[in-house]
Amino acid sequence: MMSVGNTTQVPAAGGGGLIGWVIGLAIIIAGMVVAGFILDAGQVWVVPETQSYVATAGTADAPTEWVSLATEAGKSAEAAGTVVATSSWPNDTVLPSSMLEADRPAEAIMSWSRTIGVWFAAIMTLWIMSFLIGDNPFYKTAEAIIVGASAAYWMVYSFYTGIVDKLLVNLSPGLVREWTTPGLADDYAWQWIYIIPLILSIMLICRLLPSGGWIARWPLAFIIGATAGFRLLAHLESDFLLQIKGTITTLWSVNAADEFQFWPSVAAIVILLSVLACLVYFFFSMEHKGMVGKAARGGILVLMVTFGAAFGLTVMGRITLLTERFDFLFKDWLHLL
Amino acid sequence: MNYLRNLDRRLIFLIMGLAVAIPILLRFVPPSQVTMMDQNVFDAIEDLPDGSRVLISFDFDPGSQGELLPMAMSFTRHLAEKKHKIYFMCLWPLGEPFIQDAIKLLKEEYPDLKYGTDFMSFGYKPGGEAVIKNVVVDWKSLFITDSRKQDLNDIPLTANIKSAKAMDLLINISAGDPGTKQWIQYAATPVGIQMVAGCTGVQAPLFYPYIPDPLNGLLAAIKGAAGYEQIMIQNYPELGEPEFVKARFSSTAALQRMGPQYVAHLLMVLLILIGNVIFFVDRNRGAA
Repeated sequence: MMSVGNTTQVPAAGGGGLIGWVIGLAIIIAGMVVAGFILDAGQVWVVPETQSYVATAGTADAPTEWVSLATEAGKSAEAAGTVVATSSWPNDTVLPSSMLEADRPAEAIMSWSRTIGVWFAAIMTLWIMSFLIGDNPFYKTAEAIIVGASAAYWMVYSFYTGIVDKLLVNLSPGLVREWTTPGLADDYAWQWIYIIPLILSIMLICRLLPSGGWIARWPLAFIIGATAGFRLLAHLESDFLLQIKGTITTLWSVNAADEFQFWPSVAAIVILLSVLACLVYFFFSMEHKGMVGKAARGGILVLMVTFGAAFGLTVMGRITLLTERFDFLFKDWLHLL
Repeated sequence: MNYLRNLDRRLIFLIMGLAVAIPILLRFVPPSQVTMMDQNVFDAIEDLPDGSRVLISFDFDPGSQGELLPMAMSFTRHLAEKKHKIYFMCLWPLGEPFIQDAIKLLKEEYPDLKYGTDFMSFGYKPGGEAVIKNVVVDWKSLFITDSRKQDLNDIPLTANIKSAKAMDLLINISAGDPGTKQWIQYAATPVGIQMVAGCTGVQAPLFYPYIPDPLNGLLAAIKGAAGYEQIMIQNYPELGEPEFVKARFSSTAALQRMGPQYVAHLLMVLLILIGNVIFFVDRNRGAA
């Protein structure tokens, strides 16, 4: 039977069932509509601008020497008629959400795409927070959207930054130059060594085959062996040797003028005693009685202080997350700040 | 007492929500003190000669932006004020939008700084610790282009640099793995590059043992970020002007978030005390 003792308890659905949730949703929607009209909630205003660059050398098919049209060089090239190509794109300036209507520039327009984005983010935030009342369909919908969007983002991004920018660029630079990376140097040559990771990658995918799964064990063995070797050295150096060095320090601290430093000396003694006490606590070859028992109790005390500090910092982190979300709702969405 | 014993946890959520929301709406900012740790981080950047090379890695995602984005923007402002050469990168795919935000901040607040000569971005690099290992040996074997797909040899900041060993300082802003721990293990410790970091509250206790060697300083969560902002305003008073305070990435973003922290922590202490009083009362009654 599956144990439920170590799983996170999910708050039960709020009382009232479906009717309660529908009424709650209707109130929230009404509130949002009112907020939309009274507070201009979520409206994002922008000043539309166009960024233009001109090429002053090369040909229309292969332009070079791009300069901004806003610069003197760009303007003089346009005036002299030496421009071989032009490239422009919209580059809107977003106005602060706190800017009053009277202060907005005359050319400012409301950005529908950004406004919808703010509303969507606000609604998702509220749906996720609704889990505090109880498990419900809105929370589940928001959760599914976030999981799906994150997975898609990771997949697409990893494809371009991993497979294209690392593997393909070294196997077929010409293809990548034409496809995603026009700035790639013309003399960038292909690297034969990257055939090995290509073969290992294909072998790894064989794990999906119904009768060729064993092929994937070879690249897996390589990954595990390389990672283990890789990490062993790093841990030995920074988590073992360096920590010992940090603990065995002078207990009589002095400054550059050879004057005694009281608090650094106290800190050094506390660190040394705490480390020794914790080590004794985890030393099980001797019974924890007498002096050893007292030292072990000291070790427990040190551990409790450490856990308390960790808990306090965790609480601080979680409250900051809530603060950031409220900040967004009050400032960017409801324009209350 | 019985009411408190069976208190609906949703009521606690509501009270906690109000404890956070009301200070935000009232813009309550409690007095706070700068710690030695915040000062060490500031000094590590401030004491470098102007124009030093600094690699800053944004290893966090939107889930941690509440804690880490204010310090990321403060670091960016400080580096720009000191006219250090800034090399942005990230080991988390969702860290890249924050690099774009930092570049946007540089363009808006420090228009004299130019991409390629004063700052540049490698963007996201997949591979975790393997990337760090390569970065400190020969980054051109791994990084062919920057985040704009320009050849690194065509960018003045990277044209003549072989690896991160040329950096005068590493800054890491971390929400997990890969992050500060990996930068310590694979860059700061073996190569000896100076390093400071900022991290989430959950991670901070794990990194204290690395201070002061190899980690010169650590900004722990929003409190560390607030202390850093305070030192920044003391040393660069213009950052306290409304222009910077009301900017999209406010120069006092972390300080403003200390108000809700203050009230919510008081509430937490109160709830823990009430819980303990009930526990001891029940135990005494049981013993009697």
